Amino acid sequence: MTTAIAEAVPGTSRSAPAAKEIWTPFNAHSEGQRLFKEWYARLETANERHEPVANVFVMGNAIEILRSFDFHMVFPEINSLQTGVRKTSAEFIRISEDYGMSPDVCSYVKADVGMMLKEEKEPLGKMPKPDLSVSSNMCGTFIKWAEIWERRYKMPSFVLDLPGQRSSSWVVRPGDAQHSADSRWVEDQFKDLIAKCEKITGKRFDIDRLAEVQGRVNQMVIHWNNVMELNRTCPAPYNAMLDGLTYIGIMNVYRGTVEGVEFMRRLEEDVRAKVARGEGRVPEERFRLLFSGTPCYVSMRRLVELFETWGGVFAYSDYLTFAAGGMDAAELLYDTSRPLESLAEVTALAAQRGLSNQFFAHERMEKQIKDYGVDGVVFHGIKSCRFVSAGMADTRDYISKRLDIPTLYIESDLIDPRYWSDAQIKNRVDAFFEALQQRGGAGPLKGKATHAQGRTA
Amino acid sequence: MKYVAGVDVGSTQTKAVIIDRNRTIVGRALLDMETSMVTIAQDAYQAALKNADIGEDQVEYVAATGYGRYKVTFGDEQVTEISCHARGAVHLFPKTRTVIDIGGQDTKAIRVGPEGQVEDFTMNDKCAAGTGRFLGAASYALELPLSELGPLSLKSTSPVRITTTCTVFAESEIISHLAKGFLPEDVLMGVHQAITSRCVSLARRVGIASEATFTGGVSRNIAMVALLAEQLGIPINVSPDAQFIGALGAALFAHDRAFGSETQIATAVAEEA
Repeated sequence: MTTAIAEAVPGTSRSAPAAKEIWTPFNAHSEGQRLFKEWYARLETANERHEPVANVFVMGNAIEILRSFDFHMVFPEINSLQTGVRKTSAEFIRISEDYGMSPDVCSYVKADVGMMLKEEKEPLGKMPKPDLSVSSNMCGTFIKWAEIWERRYKMPSFVLDLPGQRSSSWVVRPGDAQHSADSRWVEDQFKDLIAKCEKITGKRFDIDRLAEVQGRVNQMVIHWNNVMELNRTCPAPYNAMLDGLTYIGIMNVYRGTVEGVEFMRRLEEDVRAKVARGEGRVPEERFRLLFSGTPCYVSMRRLVELFETWGGVFAYSDYLTFAAGGMDAAELLYDTSRPLESLAEVTALAAQRGLSNQFFAHERMEKQIKDYGVDGVVFHGIKSCRFVSAGMADTRDYISKRLDIPTLYIESDLIDPRYWSDAQIKNRVDAFFEALQQRGGAGPLKGKATHAQGRTA
Repeated sequence: MKYVAGVDVGSTQTKAVIIDRNRTIVGRALLDMETSMVTIAQDAYQAALKNADIGEDQVEYVAATGYGRYKVTFGDEQVTEISCHARGAVHLFPKTRTVIDIGGQDTKAIRVGPEGQVEDFTMNDKCAAGTGRFLGAASYALELPLSELGPLSLKSTSPVRITTTCTVFAESEIISHLAKGFLPEDVLMGVHQAITSRCVSLARRVGIASEATFTGGVSRNIAMVALLAEQLGIPINVSPDAQFIGALGAALFAHDRAFGSETQIATAVAEEA
């Protein structure tokens, strides 16, 4: 598979802007913001230019096919989380609750509905009317959410049925009989999706373009895995739950693009340089932590501050893999000599490696704890999403009782500020660190984890 | 200077404890919460000093705990009440390995080590169900003082099942049961059972060890103590100083800062002798 990557995207680095030749300092945050602004600006005028638009989710979305048809991608989850970051989510949530939605409904959905009801004014410009939506059964809410767009925008929604975990005793392996059958099932659905895209865009499917996009995705995945691995270093060069959120934003929005490959390449270069200089995210790293779950976007900076004042840094988060398209392992790279089959194989595998597989979460976490030299694990339960919070109790039990690794469970929400109680969360965070200290504390730079060399994209 | 202090500014009451170099309590004070946390903390501290019959200049170090710990303007350090209850409980009952604290707005279950160090903890989420407030709602609905709730509920022969987990709704549920003709003791026992069940569930999450200590104001309620011991299936320690355990824990942390570790103390005491 690895050899196919280099062949698949012959011109990616060469086709990048010529300005790249001149060395300029790279700031991942500002570069990420620039790319986000450009993406939103292109979306705003997509309808005027009569270019096709698709609403997609960050998981199970078949972006590679859509990109081969030149669809613009709208990520309503990202729009909703942006309302949290920009502190405007409360108003949109209120509008949707006034309309009749229950407080228990996913706050991402409510923010999106609130924005729709408020005459399409999104936090970063007007969102185009979609021509298609692609969702999957990886989350039941996706399907109902897509039905809202279907009714409002009078456009088709395409739902992928991705087979999940069958039982706790079964581990899917690429190429085994069940995985092959699942892949064929997914591939047939992709063929239906392709026919729908051809009808909407009036273009013929070009398999070489698909391979080209997949090659770029492969390069991004390799860079991304290297970036994650570099955070095994003490001190950790970045905070997985602050800096990391910008990185996965680019992984999603620019997936399979020249700009995406270039961002990830420079990011890896930048992080590698920080490691070489011994530069850490916090001035004195004392505790290395793992964050499990989805962020509280409305208060993420505050939460990170609560941890960093104790010298605690999130060296890793499972969110960095499951919200980056599920691309967390070398086995999830595409074989671009068989574009469609490989897309189906990887999609089926990623679905099982991702949210549908909660049977093995504790085993994966045990490995991550060792790899990243983790002193404690923080679980974040989401009030308006029991789906991502399910299983946390079991995993927490395993980590704290079997592995004797301190854990902390805090609860708030994705973007609903009503569930953020600062005094209570600070109290729990402080007690967690007091307990870590009482255990002998982690001296600064205890020399635990060291980064792997990584692969070459 | 021979003394250190701990001040616990909670949601309903503020407690202050003064201990000497041998970690013996020499003064204490408990005041009901008023509007200003800053004032109440100072008042409680002064009352404890008076109770100990010592001056402020004889206190080497003050540690503050509780939700209002950052309002203790004269405090040298802040420690969470989770660490303080663990430390205080093990100091009073050295074999304690599980601490259950039911306070005004928080219920905590803490697994502790032999030195009083926190090994794991869990607390109620952002809801007062299963906390002291739940009993406060019952007291209000039944027009009975808090001190009478425990003894009366123990007279129950047929407890009513309280289904709500919301403290606000509990009051209307209690009134509705009384209106249906259920006896106050049966309704009250239902309330106590509901709180116990939430509390035991928290304790199971951290793991129930060999010996538990019940801290916080609700530990004065004899029905709660009996129900907890029954449902946990292990002996429950309750100190007459249960309400002061958070402040005591804070004072013990202050003691560490002022006088050093156990070994250092032993050496110093031996030298003095």
